[in-house]
Formats: sequence, C-alpha cells, structure tokens
Amino acid sequence: MNASTLVLVLIAITVASYYGGVMRSQALARPLGGIKHLSALPSYYGFMAVTWAVIPALILLLVWTIYEASVISNMVIALLPSETASLSEGELGLLYSRIANVASGIMQWDTLGEAYRPAVERMIELQTFTARYKPILVISLAVVGALIALKMVSAQWNVRYPVERIFNILLFLCSGIAVLITVGIVFSVVFESLRFFGEISFFDFVFGTQWSPQIAIRADQVGASGAFGVIPLLVGTMLISIIAMFVAVPVGLMSAIYLSEYASVQVRNIVKPLLEILAGIPTIVYGFFAAITVAPAIRAAGEGVGLEVASESALAAGLVMGVMIIPFVSSLSDDVINAVPNSLRDGSYGLGATQSETIRKVIIPAALPGIVGGVLLAVSRAIGETMIVVMAAGSMANLTVNPLEAVTTVTVQIVTLLVGDQEFDNAKTLAAFALGLMLFVITLGLNFIALYVVKKYREQYD
Amino acid sequence: MTDSVRKTVRDNLKKRYRAERYFRWFGVISVGFGLLCLVALFGDIFSKGIGAFRQTAVELEVFFDPDVLGVSASAEEAKIRTANFDGLYKAVLRERFPEVTTRGDRRVLYRLLSTEAAFDLQALSMANPDLIGQTRKIWLLADDDVDMYFKYGRSGEQVGRLSEAQQAWAEQLIAQGAVKTRFNTGLFTNGDSRDPEIAGVKGAVLGSLFTLMVTFLISFPVGVAAAIYLEEFAPKNKLTDFIEVNINNLAAVPSIIFGLLGLAVFINYFGVPRSVPLVGGLVLSLMTLPTVIISSRASITAVPPSIREAALGIGASKVQVVLHHVLPLAMPGMLTGAIIGMARALGETAPLLMIGMVAFIIDPPSGVLDPATVLPVQIYLWADSAERAFTERTSAAIMVLLVFLIVMNGLAVWLRSRLETRW
Repeated sequence: MNASTLVLVLIAITVASYYGGVMRSQALARPLGGIKHLSALPSYYGFMAVTWAVIPALILLLVWTIYEASVISNMVIALLPSETASLSEGELGLLYSRIANVASGIMQWDTLGEAYRPAVERMIELQTFTARYKPILVISLAVVGALIALKMVSAQWNVRYPVERIFNILLFLCSGIAVLITVGIVFSVVFESLRFFGEISFFDFVFGTQWSPQIAIRADQVGASGAFGVIPLLVGTMLISIIAMFVAVPVGLMSAIYLSEYASVQVRNIVKPLLEILAGIPTIVYGFFAAITVAPAIRAAGEGVGLEVASESALAAGLVMGVMIIPFVSSLSDDVINAVPNSLRDGSYGLGATQSETIRKVIIPAALPGIVGGVLLAVSRAIGETMIVVMAAGSMANLTVNPLEAVTTVTVQIVTLLVGDQEFDNAKTLAAFALGLMLFVITLGLNFIALYVVKKYREQYD
Repeated sequence: MTDSVRKTVRDNLKKRYRAERYFRWFGVISVGFGLLCLVALFGDIFSKGIGAFRQTAVELEVFFDPDVLGVSASAEEAKIRTANFDGLYKAVLRERFPEVTTRGDRRVLYRLLSTEAAFDLQALSMANPDLIGQTRKIWLLADDDVDMYFKYGRSGEQVGRLSEAQQAWAEQLIAQGAVKTRFNTGLFTNGDSRDPEIAGVKGAVLGSLFTLMVTFLISFPVGVAAAIYLEEFAPKNKLTDFIEVNINNLAAVPSIIFGLLGLAVFINYFGVPRSVPLVGGLVLSLMTLPTVIISSRASITAVPPSIREAALGIGASKVQVVLHHVLPLAMPGMLTGAIIGMARALGETAPLLMIGMVAFIIDPPSGVLDPATVLPVQIYLWADSAERAFTERTSAAIMVLLVFLIVMNGLAVWLRSRLETRW
C-alpha cells in the first residue's frame, strides 16, 4: 500500500467516524425524545470520534515515518563486517547506498561481496516489514480509536468541553510552530556552524581577508588549503547594499512625499499600486534584468567614457536591487508621513512656510525615526537578497570598494557553496552555515533596531 | 515697512518659490523614475521574450524510404517505432543538398534541423504507416541556431553560431519559401531540454503547481489556526508575547535562511528526498507562514466585536462563536492574504536552490515525490545557459511566471472586492 492510498483510507475513516458519532448520538437521543436530551450537539460527538480515530493514528504514522530510515540504517550497519568500522562517514554513506541499491534490486548481487549478504538480507526483511505493517497498524489504530469513541457515546457525556479543549490545544500548537521554526533555524545554523568553527578558528573567519573556500576533496590535490576570511564578503555585501540604498532611499522617500503631500487622489490611486508592482516582481526577474540588460549597458557606458567596468559590476547589481527596494522604502515612509499629525502641518503653514519648507523642516524631522527604521529594514532586505546578486554579481571574493569591479556577497557564497554535491563533513559545506548564521544575526539585529526606533517614535504622538 | 525690507522679502519669496518648484519637480522625477523602471523592466522582458513564442520550421520533401528506415509499410507498430528515423531526416537533408558530399560538411548540414525532427517523423509514421514508401512535404523543426538566424540574424545582428556554409543553405531554403515561423507549442508541452528548440516549461509549471499545493495545504490551515489562537483565545502573557515576536521576526528573515533550515532539518535530519516538490513546499510553507498569520490576524480583527457579542449573548460557546461566525466572515480576507503569500512563494528561488531543486530534469513530475524544478529555478537555469536561444526562452518563461503572478494577484483583488464585507 503506498502513501497516497494510506492517506485516502485515513480520510475515509475520518469521515466515517464523524458520521458514526453523529448518528450514534442521534440514535441514543431518539428514545429520549430528540437531541435536546443530549448533553452536547450531535456534531460534537462526531468530532470526538474523529479525534479518537485520527490523532493516535497520525502520531504513530508520523513517528514511524520519521524514524523508519534511521532505525533501518542503524540495524543494517550493525550487521556489516567488522572491517567497515574504520570507514569515514562519507565512505560508509556510499557503502550504505550500494547496499540499499542491491536490496531494492537496482544493482546486482555481485557488485557487493558475500560478506555483505546478511546486511542486505536484513535490509530487505526490514523494508518488507515496514511496508506491510505500517499501514496495517496505522489503520487498525484508527479503527480501534473510532470504535472506542463510538462505544463511549452517551447522552450524559457532555462532550463539548473536551472537544473544545482539544480544539484549543490544536490552535495553540499551530501558533507554537512559529517558535519551532525560529528554533529550527537557530539550531540548524548554530550546530553546523559550531562544527565549522571546530575546524576553522573563529577569528580567522571573522577577521580574515582571504576567501577561497576551495578545499581539496583528496588530500594530494593542488591548492588544498582553503581560506575562510569573511571580510571580503562583508565588504562586497555592504558595497552593493549601499549602492542600492543610494537609489532606493531618495527615490522611495521622494515618491512617498510626492504621493502623500502633493499628488491628487486620482494620481495617487493609480501611481501607488503601479509602484507596488515593483515589489511583487520575483527577484529572479530582477536578477535576469540586471545580468542581461543593465550590466552590459553600464559596461558600454563605462567604455564610452573610458572606464574599465567589470561585466559583473557591483554597480549593476546594486542599482537593480535599489529599484526593487523603492516600493519598500516608499510604502514604509508613506505610513510614517501620514502618521504625522495635521496640527504640525497647519502650524507650519500658519507661520507662512511654503509646502516644501513644511515638509523639509517639520514633517521629515517629525517622521525621521520612522523613516530611519524603514531604511534599516530596507538595508536588512538588501543584505539578505540573494537572486539578484547570484545572477548579476561576481562569485570571486574581491576586497574592494570600487563599484565598477566585481564583488561577491554573503548570500552568493552560501549559494555557490551549497549548490551541487554536499558532504557534511567538510569545511566548505559547513562554511555556508556559518555564513547563514552571520546573515541571520545581522538581519535580526537590524530588524530589532529598526522596530525599536519605530516604536520609540510612535510613542511621541499616541 | 520700509522699501528695503519689502524688497528683501520679495526677493526672498522668489527664492523660496523656486525652491518649492524644485522640490516638487524632484518628487515628480522620483515617481517618474520608479514608473520608468517598471516600464523598462516589462518592456525589456517582453521585447526579448516575445520571439520565443514563435519557432522556425523548415519544409522539406520527405521520401519515407523503406530502405533507410529498414521497415516496410506493413510492418508492425513496434518495428516502426524503432525504425531509423534519425537516418531518415539526414537522408532527406542529403537529398535536398546533393552538393554537400564530404562527411564533415554533412555533419554540419544535419545541424540545420533539430534532433526532434526524427521524433516528428516517427510520430507521423506511427499515426499513418501507409506514409512509408511515399513522398510528402513536411514542416520540420529547425535547429535553434537556424531559428535565431531566421528571426534575428538576417537583419545583420550577430546571433548564434551558424557557420557561413549553414547560412548559405539556410538562405537557399528561405529563398524558396521553405522556412517559416509557427507558434511554439513545444514551449508549453515539453519538459526541460539541453536543446533550446525543444525546451519547454511544462515540467517547471507542474513542479511549481505541486510545490504551491503543498505550501498552501500546510501554511493556510496552520496559519489560520495560529491567527485564531492569537486573536481570540490567547491569554495576554509572556508566552504569547514571545510567539508574536517570533512571528514578526520570521517575516523579516531572508528567504535563503529558510533554505538552510530545509537542508539541515528536512533533508539531513528527516531524510526527505532532495529535489522533490514536497520538500520545496515544506520550506516555502515555513517561509509564507508568517505572512499568512499576519494577514489572517488582520482580517479577524476586522470582524466587529458586536458579532461576537451577539453570538455569545444567545448562548454560543467561544469555539462556536469563532467557528460559526468569526471564521466565515474573516475567510475572504484570509484567502486574499494566503493568495498573496502564495504569489510570493511562487516567485521564490533562493531557498529552493539550497534543497536541490536545481537539478536538470526532463520529465515533468506527476506527484509531490517526483524530482522536479519550479518556474523561477527553471528561469535561473536557462539564464545560465550560453545559447542565445535560451536567453529568449528565459524571457518567455519569465512572461509565463509574470502571467501566473498577475492572475493570482488579480484573483486576490477580485476576491477582496467581491466577498469582503465593509463594516
């Protein structure tokens, strides 16, 4: 029985147990003179039956599925001949996948030695066992649960309270998933980073100015030393983000000011959604635009005035990223500008100031904390942005602040390190997680500061 | 007031008005710049991609030579299927250009047609075995270099790698009217391919569909449940505050971090297979969850308290109030938020690169456990290919993606205006 049939059967049991609960309670109520003599509405009995049927079965299914692979592999590896004990993690993984292939019939017996026969046989045995008994056990647990619940149905049992409690618990668990995700992120990046820092010293990572993560797979390969200094990546990230901010902040801020202070309602209603389309375009599209159109154009323009421009210049990536962030800055600025009380505007006009003087000398200073918060959020977006830089920025580390040269960024390196084959026992792969941790910490920090600044500002006028 | 003061004020005023005008102009220019970027972006993609919807075909007189094919018209189906159609289209080309005699030249000649031509001929013969032994004029798919040359190269633009000899043959065919462009159905019905002329987005579109389905099935119920809990049931305490802080922070975590999470947790720890829509959908659902929660909470708060009070007043329990009254009323808003979240997930690339959805996969997936790629990743892969014809197809794939996004956002807007009640 495959997974989708199992799911379908479980759904059928769910529906059946619901109607079973409803009908059983109605049947009990009929001799008493109608459902008003029940302690709860019939549908609650139905839900109770569903709970009994589905929840234990689902838990069993989930636990079984999650641990199946690792339990089988442990039991199989225990049966391997003793000389395999000295194998490294990677070699063992290869051997194991060969055993799995033989067990599933993809590969022939003779590709493995006779010494592995017990392991392979054990694997086949275990796989047939779980394939046969997992669905049977799960379904019988569901049926038994439903039957128990149906047996328990009685007119006196006020089933509404437990059902509502279960409902409450389910809702709580769902909202707890947000915490679980955060914990998952922190753990996954922190654990792998710790393994990384076990191999490369923390100070070399944070203060090193050389980034060349090519580590040899074989020990005798040329260029076997990897350098993991993160400074060039940080400088590259900062350079591109700053270029992006040079585009996004003035344009976004001035658009917000123009649309909220000068433009007529009709213009605003048309232009604002149009600008927001920019925020909805996938970043891959911007990346393609930057790489295929903007970068060659900048290169050609540079050559026109006699400048040497790299074909993957930081300028191209930064400019396009800035365009992407314009709507982000403008909608955040729009919110804070609109939050400035009208009394301030009126006071300024009353003193004879022109509209632009009011904006520059009253509204912007009053809205400044909010604007700064918005800009910080935009910076954190720029730092974490991936596809534009993957497609339009370079992949070689280059410690420079010249926007016409190719630089690489933290996100680009995470992608280059992790796309393709991965072995979790070498520093090259683990470095990606260390970079991820750094990225997570930086963006989180920026968000905290930004929210703090915005919150502080809000308190002034409320 | 003395004249000098009046004059100073007047001069000053002129300056202030000028500053006012400049400031205003700066605003107009900013808005104009934003709109210009939008137009440039769409115009660029459109002008680059529109060509990919048409494709070059070459008309050739095909003699279904039983000697070349190695089968006769009366042969059984299996025989015809494995007949030498590859040899047939080459023989046809040789016949068309008898002046080409050397082996090397012929090999260059064969590259005028796509290798797909053999499959087309095969399909024709399978449908009508009587063709074998007859001669027909048939439009066959041209190679991508010929395609590029016919569409752009003849106006002098340097595209593709067509050699001079090939150009001469192509010109000869064009002069006889044996070359035309037709609608590129393959773009929508084929999977990925190394040959640009037969590469299509079907696999990627299906992959996106399955991925989004998983994303929706996980993030919508969980997000709505979380929102209900936080808005309707959560006591005000440290724990719920902590949950809220978490949700708000998750919304600002870079998407690539979710890819790392998926790699470390789903693939390494739980052993979910790589490259499948299931794991892609799981990762994207974690990413969209905060968006769904935040928009669902907004639409729950928008339901006026009087509704809750009325329901409570006639004896409904808290759970009944929520399930029977608040949830149905908030549903349009929640769906709108979810669709917008899905649209974001549809365009997301970076986390999917981490979990191996960048593999080169020819066959379109048929379920959530088949290896697949998604539209944005397909765009990424094609953008990386060197062939000029792929640039065109990349833009076309972007247009397909943008159409999906426009449809989804349009649906969200329609849903909101249609179903949402204003209180």
